Amino acid sequence: MITPTPDGELLRIRGLSKSFFGVEVLHGIDLTVQAGEVHGLVGENGAGKSTVMKTLAGVHTADSGSIELDGKEVSFDHPLQAQRGGVATVFQEFNLLPERTVAENVYLAREPRSGGLVQRRRMEQDTASLMQDLGIVDIDAGAKVRTLSVAQQQVVEIVKAMSFDARLISMDEPTAALADHEVELLYQLIGRLRERGVAVLYVSHRLQEIFDLCDRITVLKDGSLVDTVESNEITPDELVRKMVGRTISSFFPEPREGTEIGDIRLSVRQGGNRMLNGISFDVRAGEIVGLAGLQGSGRTEIAHALFGVERFTRGSITVDGRTFSPRSPRQAVRAGLALVTEDRKAEGLALNQSVAANARLVLDAALPGRGSSRAARLSGILSSLELAAASDAQEVRLLSGGNQQKVVLAKWLVTDPQVMVLDEPTRGIDVGAKRAVYELMRDLTAEGMAIILISSELPEVIGMSDRIVVLNDGEISGELPHNTDEETVMSFATGQDNVEAAS
Amino acid sequence: MSSASPAATGPLGAVRRIFGGGTGPVFVVLLTLLVVMLLLNPSFFQPASLMAFLRNAAPLIILAAGQYFVIVSGEFDLSVGSLVGAQVVIAAKLIDGDESRTWPVIMLMLGFGLLVGLVNGLVTTLLKVPSFITTLGMMLVLAGAIRLWTGGAPTGALSESFRQWGRMGIEVPVLRQIPYAALIMIVIAVLTVLLMRGPYGRTLVATGDNDVAASFAGAQVWQVRTLAFVLSGLLATVAGILIGGFAGVTAQVGDGMEFTAITAVVLGGVVLGGGRGWIVGAMAGALTYRLLERLLVQLDMPSTLNPTIQGVIIILALAYGSRRLWGRRRRRAAQPITTKPQPSGAE
Repeated sequence: MITPTPDGELLRIRGLSKSFFGVEVLHGIDLTVQAGEVHGLVGENGAGKSTVMKTLAGVHTADSGSIELDGKEVSFDHPLQAQRGGVATVFQEFNLLPERTVAENVYLAREPRSGGLVQRRRMEQDTASLMQDLGIVDIDAGAKVRTLSVAQQQVVEIVKAMSFDARLISMDEPTAALADHEVELLYQLIGRLRERGVAVLYVSHRLQEIFDLCDRITVLKDGSLVDTVESNEITPDELVRKMVGRTISSFFPEPREGTEIGDIRLSVRQGGNRMLNGISFDVRAGEIVGLAGLQGSGRTEIAHALFGVERFTRGSITVDGRTFSPRSPRQAVRAGLALVTEDRKAEGLALNQSVAANARLVLDAALPGRGSSRAARLSGILSSLELAAASDAQEVRLLSGGNQQKVVLAKWLVTDPQVMVLDEPTRGIDVGAKRAVYELMRDLTAEGMAIILISSELPEVIGMSDRIVVLNDGEISGELPHNTDEETVMSFATGQDNVEAAS
Repeated sequence: MSSASPAATGPLGAVRRIFGGGTGPVFVVLLTLLVVMLLLNPSFFQPASLMAFLRNAAPLIILAAGQYFVIVSGEFDLSVGSLVGAQVVIAAKLIDGDESRTWPVIMLMLGFGLLVGLVNGLVTTLLKVPSFITTLGMMLVLAGAIRLWTGGAPTGALSESFRQWGRMGIEVPVLRQIPYAALIMIVIAVLTVLLMRGPYGRTLVATGDNDVAASFAGAQVWQVRTLAFVLSGLLATVAGILIGGFAGVTAQVGDGMEFTAITAVVLGGVVLGGGRGWIVGAMAGALTYRLLERLLVQLDMPSTLNPTIQGVIIILALAYGSRRLWGRRRRRAAQPITTKPQPSGAE
């Protein structure tokens, strides 16, 4: 399968760096791609893969470093420039108009015209012949995009890229939305692109695909280049090690002395819905259970099921031994659950309201009868979290990410929850605030709270959890002890060599 | 916002409330208009004249309070003008000059106002029809139904004990007569301010700001919003009772009052789209609007100009409010960049 046809270097990225608001997320990345090469780009969540792709696509502009195409330095300020320059990107979200035809989408905004009128027939003929060249037979150029399958829509995106004479096509998790038999069609199409000398930059979490398709693989980690390797010279295990290879620092506080793991607080048995299947796990008082898994593996879906947002349609939940089938967040709150949501700004806070209003929102919204006595404790809770705000009246949109998260934590802590679900609790907050969150989790478990920690950051899950439940594709692929190494967790999360890794 | 943050106290909080926030400017405008009035016509401030003005302004202030609940939750209620008209016609037809029917009919009217609000609320929240359309539809339904029921012209008559609420008052020294309308307005102001400071009011504002976050916090968003429509329907009924008593029964009662009420609320610094604004600001907006009308009369401007003034106010107030929104939008456009790289969006 791996038959590189290097007829020259197409793309050379040198020393690419990028910061967002003072935080450098790419540290001098070097990358070369040959014409006709399929080049894999792998790394954990947050390693910088998307930033590299978006910089290449003209969505972001690099702070320093250079991008050369065919030996000429280029700088794209806008995705359209990149497209015209021969660099096309197929994102996970397609940019197609569902009510327009395939041909209209391919030639959108540059339709062949004659005397001001669109030459519909020529447009369809051109599209059809382009598809024929690429060996695509099952798509009608005159069909509305809405009527096509997801896989076919992806093909249309690629056809559109080729109509710009793209030299390089980046694909971000192209198989994420595809069924197994559709993946094979994508493989064939990529094979034909390679024959035409088009280079493909292939981003995926699925190691199987990376090894099936790619000639070379570049590994990123925490925004730095780890290595670029020939794919036939590395084993999957070695690759995973390169992706995660780091030591757990002493950044994570140890459990407080006297923290006891007690009775089962929350128990899920055979829970399932549209996204999940056969979910069973327990969380005990004083325990932190980590939920690990890749994006879309079902971590957040479990939190939503526990909170009555997207319910389990199968299986059962018990809280403190009592059966519990939440139909709304309100019921979950009243049963003693708390959920620190993944998306702080969209789901966690009313940004135009004050610190005080947000901090007591759960009391106001779900527990109005018991509000005033508990609200009196709020200022104590906020100061113990070391919230930095001008006053309680300050609007939370003006706070830093870390302080916003403290407000979210306070609004849940004031309800005295039995079980707390923390979904990406340290996402987008600074190191000091992260440390504060970790310390808080240790304090809470010492007091007997049960905590479920959901995180994309493996060191965090491993460093904080007493047990780690690993998810893959909506099912639990393994339950691992707290001192598990990152490679093992990653193997379970990618569905790679379960048996071997468990040994 | 001030309504949601009782902690906004102290001199600094007061200054910020007046000049920084959305509710501040309305008080500045109100004060300016009062000064202009004092210069043009000092006799306006004689007790009798002032009380007559308050009696005239009270129904709109009450309507604005009702409209505030709906707007701050992120919705609109366009049906209140029609509801006022319908209530007056219902009252006249059912009471038909019979004193003994006054109270039963008032109870019935409150029930009808509640029902209209409930239908508006449920259609908007459960059937997911945009409230602009729901209440526009309700406005037409009420107008048509009343026309059908009365055969085009209102019939019957109001009783004296019904009319007293809109035209009479309590005799006191110095002020001579405090209109019932003003007293009712003050009672409603106190009650609604208390409601807004309680759990429901704070949940309502948070829902208008971000209903997803409110829902995750355990709010039953549909109940919260429906109750806002019910409050609007009830307060429109109270306004209808006062207007009927004061102005009598005609087919035009209530016409266009929904837009006047929305203008008043917007003038009071409440942001269309929800989540921002103080109920006292909304009521002050209504008072300011009525004072402006009065001032135009003082200046011998034709009252036919009123709709134009209303239009100018609504555009200016929204343009003023969107200065802040523009700033926010720019910041918001920058935000995805801060959050996207680490998280997962596209990885």
